[in-house]
Amino acid sequence: MLKEVTMSEMNIDWQNYHSGHFYDELISAPGKPRPETRHLAQYLASLSGQELQDRKLSAELAIKTMGISFTVYSDAGNIDREWPFDIIPRIIPQKEWQKTERGLIQRLTALNLFINDIYNDRKIIKDKVVPAYLFEDSVNFRKECIGMKPAYGVWSHICGSDLIRDDKGEFFVLEDNLRVPSGVSYMLENRKVTKRVFPELFENHNIVPVTDYPNQLFDTLASLSPRKADRPEIVVLTPGIYNSAYFEHSYLAQQMGVELVEGSDLVVDSDDCVYMRSIDGLKRVDVIYRRIDDLFLDPDMFNPDSVLGVRGLMRAWLKGKVALANAPGAGVADDKVIYTYVPDMIKYYLGEEPILPNVPSYLCVDKKQCDYVLANLDKLVVKPANESGGYGMIIGPQASKKELEEFAQRIKANPRNYMAQPLISLSTAPILTNGNAEPRHIDLRPFVLQGRDHCVTPGGLTRVAMRKGSYVVNSSQGGGSKDTWIVVGD
Amino acid sequence: MLSRVAERIYWLGRYMERSENIARLVNVNSNLLLDLPAGVRVGWGSLIDISGTGSYFERDTQLADEKTVVNFILADKKNPSSLINSLSFARENSRITREIMPMEAWELINDLYHYIRDRADKVTSRRDRSMILLHVISSVQQFTGLLAGCMSHNNAYDLIRIGRNLERADMSTRIVDAGLVNLLPHLAAGGAEVLEPYDNILWMSVLRSLSAYQMYRQHVRDRVNANAVVTFLLQNEDFPRAVAHCLKQLEQCLWALPNSEKVLSAIVNIQHKLDEADLNELLKSGLHEYIDELQLEIGNLHFKIAETWFLPVAIAQTQEQKSA
Repeated sequence: MLKEVTMSEMNIDWQNYHSGHFYDELISAPGKPRPETRHLAQYLASLSGQELQDRKLSAELAIKTMGISFTVYSDAGNIDREWPFDIIPRIIPQKEWQKTERGLIQRLTALNLFINDIYNDRKIIKDKVVPAYLFEDSVNFRKECIGMKPAYGVWSHICGSDLIRDDKGEFFVLEDNLRVPSGVSYMLENRKVTKRVFPELFENHNIVPVTDYPNQLFDTLASLSPRKADRPEIVVLTPGIYNSAYFEHSYLAQQMGVELVEGSDLVVDSDDCVYMRSIDGLKRVDVIYRRIDDLFLDPDMFNPDSVLGVRGLMRAWLKGKVALANAPGAGVADDKVIYTYVPDMIKYYLGEEPILPNVPSYLCVDKKQCDYVLANLDKLVVKPANESGGYGMIIGPQASKKELEEFAQRIKANPRNYMAQPLISLSTAPILTNGNAEPRHIDLRPFVLQGRDHCVTPGGLTRVAMRKGSYVVNSSQGGGSKDTWIVVGD
Repeated sequence: MLSRVAERIYWLGRYMERSENIARLVNVNSNLLLDLPAGVRVGWGSLIDISGTGSYFERDTQLADEKTVVNFILADKKNPSSLINSLSFARENSRITREIMPMEAWELINDLYHYIRDRADKVTSRRDRSMILLHVISSVQQFTGLLAGCMSHNNAYDLIRIGRNLERADMSTRIVDAGLVNLLPHLAAGGAEVLEPYDNILWMSVLRSLSAYQMYRQHVRDRVNANAVVTFLLQNEDFPRAVAHCLKQLEQCLWALPNSEKVLSAIVNIQHKLDEADLNELLKSGLHEYIDELQLEIGNLHFKIAETWFLPVAIAQTQEQKSA
């Protein structure tokens, strides 16, 4: 009689791990780990399925205890969910990363020059590199910001760019998040969880630590202070506990040792300065790391019904009495249509070749390109220009005929609002399912800071599509995450 | 420190203390039952009266049985002062204030909340309950110790202590009151001859619910009797759960806080009222009314604190609208 093999008796066998034609981050071919991942692969294979399952449980427990959660909006009310995490880390060799890092800094530098140019001289339009209609009807263009010159000419101080790797392993930029990118707290917490779950792995690897981010963020924000005080008063402005990223707002305030404020805590006085209501009375605020969308910032200037913001905040900012990070109006450059011009911006402003390529894109506003998109809808990914979180997009190869037809109508109704890209074969990395390893698609969101200086997080937040074959990595739609290691040497 | 945060952290102190008090109260009542003779019925309902949540119970508290009462006090989400709600509010408040407390404090509260949530259906079993409640008590003690040892003794720390001591003073008056009003006549209904030997046990249980028995014995050196117990629990300045001690702590917390004059004068008023009370006379008649007045003053103290340091009500309301 055949002995039944239970899960607990099986070890991971990399010979049986097949990632198809996708670039897998851990192995180059069945049974063959990459040079930088061989220790990890060996180690994982040395543990039994039961042992791996135990580690997974202890990670879940740590996440629960540490209260690492995010909020999902639903009809049944907002639910606080524990952060979905896969315990197998993703490894990127430092040599490879250094180039990416340079590319990210180059990109953000150009983007900030672009935003500053758009709100001031508009040279890039006069020189006909970028057409004027692009920002004039962009929903994230704020005419109120015209003529504003923030410190160092920087508008987007904290940028989260989404990177993917194609089937050859090359990094591409999928999109730039220049408004209020989130996820960095999960990057930091993922590392802590891994240290609790796999402390022994840290002996065999030289991993670049990520813990410096809160200091770098603090320094970046401090460099923006309009008052040259010894220790500027910095606050994190949150919409409140019901926001999906509240965990992160609170976490960053805690790590930086600054106040976490809500709109009702702040007041703009007749001297145009911003103050917070404290138990000692009013206290002047220099820099606001705001995690509220532009339109909710100030009911005097934008949405009059907003109770999240602060009356007079824009007045204070325009008069240079307070710094806002990111600056209002910075979102004009994270429009997915403007994205297609970023390589041109890099050449125009910096006179350099882009280090990180864009994913090839088709703009529906262009008649010829739009016809191509409509004719090839079943092969393309089409995204609206201004949505985030993976909402409102369609993945052609995975959509039904009816869905495709409906989407074609939407594109025809508002071509300016859509752009399309070929379906890039996202790279894969193993996740743990029932004590075994299976490949899943991943992306990477590094965080780039720009104030007086530049910084890039070593690695970033790796997001995983936990469902087999899926390309959707957003946590709001069932995505998970991995700790990401930049590893020195081999 | 932000006014909004001051309010949250004050309530965090109160809810943590309330959780511990609820756990003590239920535990002691369970133990008391084991000591009383079969003919004597100590009402579980009086626990509801002590916590002042009778209006949410919607039934006659004196007729309620153990399971119903225990479930109401520990696990009922409709009772705003239930253990599970107190811990849930403590957790929400600490989530909002986690940036000013040591990380471990948040983890501890978060763990404790999950611990109770996962065991909410087990609290009606006497054996499980005892273990669960002891865990609650020791976790709150650990929280207090963690802050004492790892948190800067700054304004935020003082506000947690203010919340804790105010809640504690309030609960101690309620427990003394319950001993007088609810437990005694109810026992007396069983007949004077039944009551006599158990009078002792009853007042001992009042002391035990505040972990005061041992300290009382050391201090009083006399048999347990109503007069000495009430005096000890109201006027003793050394025992941490006695009302006079809590007031003294409250006074000390004010030293470093700005604009504390009004709050201080409210505390001094209560202290006078406590010092000048002739408990001997009051025990003969009027003690219940006296304690009522004391509770009112403690309630007013809360409003003075809110007025001095928290966000003005009008602004706080916009905030509630927003979260609704």
